Amino acid sequence: MSEHVPDNPRRDFLRKTLTLIPVVTVASTGLGLGASAVIAEPARSPNVPEKTDAAQYQPAFFTVDEYAFLQAAVSRLIPADELGAGALEAGAAEYIDRQMGTPYASGALWYMQGPFDADAAPELGYQLQLNPQQIYRLGIAGVLGWCRAQGNKPFHEQSAAQQDRVLAALEAGDLVLQDVPAKAFFSLLLQNTREGFFCDPVHGGNKGMVGWKQIGFPGARADFMDWAERNERYPFPPVSIRGERA
Amino acid sequence: MANTLKKVDAVIVGFGWTGAIMAKELTEAGLQVVALERGPMQDTYPDGSYPQVIDELTYSVRKKLFLDLSKETVTIRHTVNDVALPYRQLGAFLPGKGVGGAGLHWSGVHFRVDPIELRMRSHYEERYGKSFIPQDMTIQDFGVTYEELEPYFDFAEKVFGTSGQAWTVKGEVVGRGKGGNPYAPDRSNPFPLVSQKNVVSAQLFQQATSALGYHPYNLPSANTSGPYTNPYGAQMGPCNFCGFCSGYVCYMYSKASPNVNILPALRQVPNFELRANAHVLRVNLDDSKQRATGVTYIDAQGRELEQPAELVILAAFQFNNVRLMLLSGIGKPYDPVKNEGVVGRNFAYQNMGTVKAFFDKDVHTNNFIGAGGNGVAIDDFNADNFDHGPHGFVGGSPMWVNQAGSRPIAGVANPPGTPAWGSAWKKATADYYTHQLSMDAHGAHQSYRGNYLDLDPTYRDAYGLPLLRMTFDWQDNDIRMNQFMVDKLSKIAQAMNPKSIAVLGKQVKEHFNTASYQTTHLNGGAIMGTDPATSALNRYLQCWDVHNVFVPGASAFPQGLGYNPTGLVAALTYWSARAIREQYLKNPGPLVAA
Repeated sequence: MSEHVPDNPRRDFLRKTLTLIPVVTVASTGLGLGASAVIAEPARSPNVPEKTDAAQYQPAFFTVDEYAFLQAAVSRLIPADELGAGALEAGAAEYIDRQMGTPYASGALWYMQGPFDADAAPELGYQLQLNPQQIYRLGIAGVLGWCRAQGNKPFHEQSAAQQDRVLAALEAGDLVLQDVPAKAFFSLLLQNTREGFFCDPVHGGNKGMVGWKQIGFPGARADFMDWAERNERYPFPPVSIRGERA
Repeated sequence: MANTLKKVDAVIVGFGWTGAIMAKELTEAGLQVVALERGPMQDTYPDGSYPQVIDELTYSVRKKLFLDLSKETVTIRHTVNDVALPYRQLGAFLPGKGVGGAGLHWSGVHFRVDPIELRMRSHYEERYGKSFIPQDMTIQDFGVTYEELEPYFDFAEKVFGTSGQAWTVKGEVVGRGKGGNPYAPDRSNPFPLVSQKNVVSAQLFQQATSALGYHPYNLPSANTSGPYTNPYGAQMGPCNFCGFCSGYVCYMYSKASPNVNILPALRQVPNFELRANAHVLRVNLDDSKQRATGVTYIDAQGRELEQPAELVILAAFQFNNVRLMLLSGIGKPYDPVKNEGVVGRNFAYQNMGTVKAFFDKDVHTNNFIGAGGNGVAIDDFNADNFDHGPHGFVGGSPMWVNQAGSRPIAGVANPPGTPAWGSAWKKATADYYTHQLSMDAHGAHQSYRGNYLDLDPTYRDAYGLPLLRMTFDWQDNDIRMNQFMVDKLSKIAQAMNPKSIAVLGKQVKEHFNTASYQTTHLNGGAIMGTDPATSALNRYLQCWDVHNVFVPGASAFPQGLGYNPTGLVAALTYWSARAIREQYLKNPGPLVAA
């Protein structure tokens, strides 16, 4: 193949990236995010500190109380520990709030015509009439209400061990919520938390690529011609769609 | 009222592999051809351009390239006594949408077929006796042989730019010790490209299966091992194992797709038109109900348009072909109680089993590296390559490592017993993400009297038409075969000396789980055959009842294959197109007397 095929966007990208860092921005990813959601952060220096700017975000969908729950919950689902940053530091709460503005969160990607059978066997898949926005709203209200009814502190003020017990009870379906099956709420929360820990930073999570670095995923490198056959540790750190390097 | 457009020679419903192949063949024959694709226009550029396409959340998780369920889905129940419920979120299978269809987001495993699977009932009756086949199992012969199809397999591989290693070419052994498959049928030519490199996981599978006395071979892959130009002049670049293959547009132009391998040639001819965002509602028939007059569709603005045509090709995804026939009144709907009718019968799937092996940190499988068609397989338990007599089940299974690339949101697997969250999950994920492999038993699935398709009485699509209803569950034969295969696979895993393994097989009485991804290899419902009482199509994929309607696709398979279906789908489409070009156009009418 020619070195100058006009439609080789990858090579174009790499060439431009070299000159554009640190002010690279990208177009919308097609997820319906507004322009403000995809404004690039400045690219990081080669040694990205584990400290991120996750704390500065102001939620658009969640209320103050809901967001306090969400931040506390994601920090227990994927905690900061000796391996490094957790979901909170990765910006998973911010990521989830941003996702609430996408068609996914309003159920627009799913078949949502009735009649609904909420008691269907699990083998028949998702059968609730609730979309992710509703599951969060009802699920968080249910957990906060349960904490109050037990005479406990609000979830985000509880000890880590207490929070873990609440989350485990949701996971097992032992904590019965009025308006949403606890397991459905928990599995959505866990799935979105993992997304916020491991997605490309363009979506607002995985800040500094902290999730990728911990497991050895190289992100958007996507060229392993010389590595396919080698039983060796892949030595290069991740890059992101925006051209950030960890 | 529908506006009527200018009549064309042929209208093609759907522009995936079968639609693209038919469009190329029929335009070569000089016909004026219009293809109607319900989804959007999409292509390598800009939809698959780097780096935007290297985005797991958008593609694998939010499933950008797959069927838009908000407009149309299917309903599913396990038996005729149950109420079917909608497939509300994508799970078990992932049909495509838009130009290229599932052929844009597929992986690229590009097999032919084991010849006995084309004459499944005859073969089993001959070797094991009629009583060996369970009474409610409705397997049939395709009505076409491997020898008849060989030239079409050969040509399809040249169009796709397939990488692989032949075992024999014109009877001469060429593949011994080079990664050829000793169970593969004879070929008229080598593969267009040599096999791809084998990733570390595939090397481990190769070593373990060799040690156990099996016969490992390189998977035939429609991901290029080098640069390639196909017979249509379409160019492909070499696959770089980027790991964003299945579920993605290939930014490297390395994975065969209708968009890369056929559409560029169609764009050059004046007698072809592709209309995207054109959702076909039905095939229109004349008063005799034996002849189609064209199709009615909804365009991007919501206008209802009628496209008259001499020839109608239903080239949609498997279950959409069946649904369009049912909505249009083509062929007699299948009734499982009376065991009569043909449209909807023999709906079959793939009988998957998976075993994962987890290693210490000195084994670097680097699972983010991968290519969708790449890997090493064995056929020692596929098709009828072993004596089924002592085991008492019908069907076989290739087994393989097919490392397509796994990414961290959806692709994290941990040893059994690992918690799903917390520091223990985090540590296991860090310990194992790049030190594990996954193997599949890609089992053939048989057809049964009770597994079928019809129209749902309750649920409707965005246009007010009934959804298709699947009545489907695993049968005893399926579960016994699956357990046999998963046991073999587990022993292969153990031969690799891993730290631990995870076994995902079927349990007795297990029901079909619509939420868990298996494969998108859905088969049957509009099957080909030799008898109009038990097949909707003749051996040329022509409707028995409406002779100017042809229906290519896996909907024509009377049962599922051990191999991935795309290679046989493509070959059958070329075979059908050749019959249209050489026989039908000269003398339109049934190509086989009913």
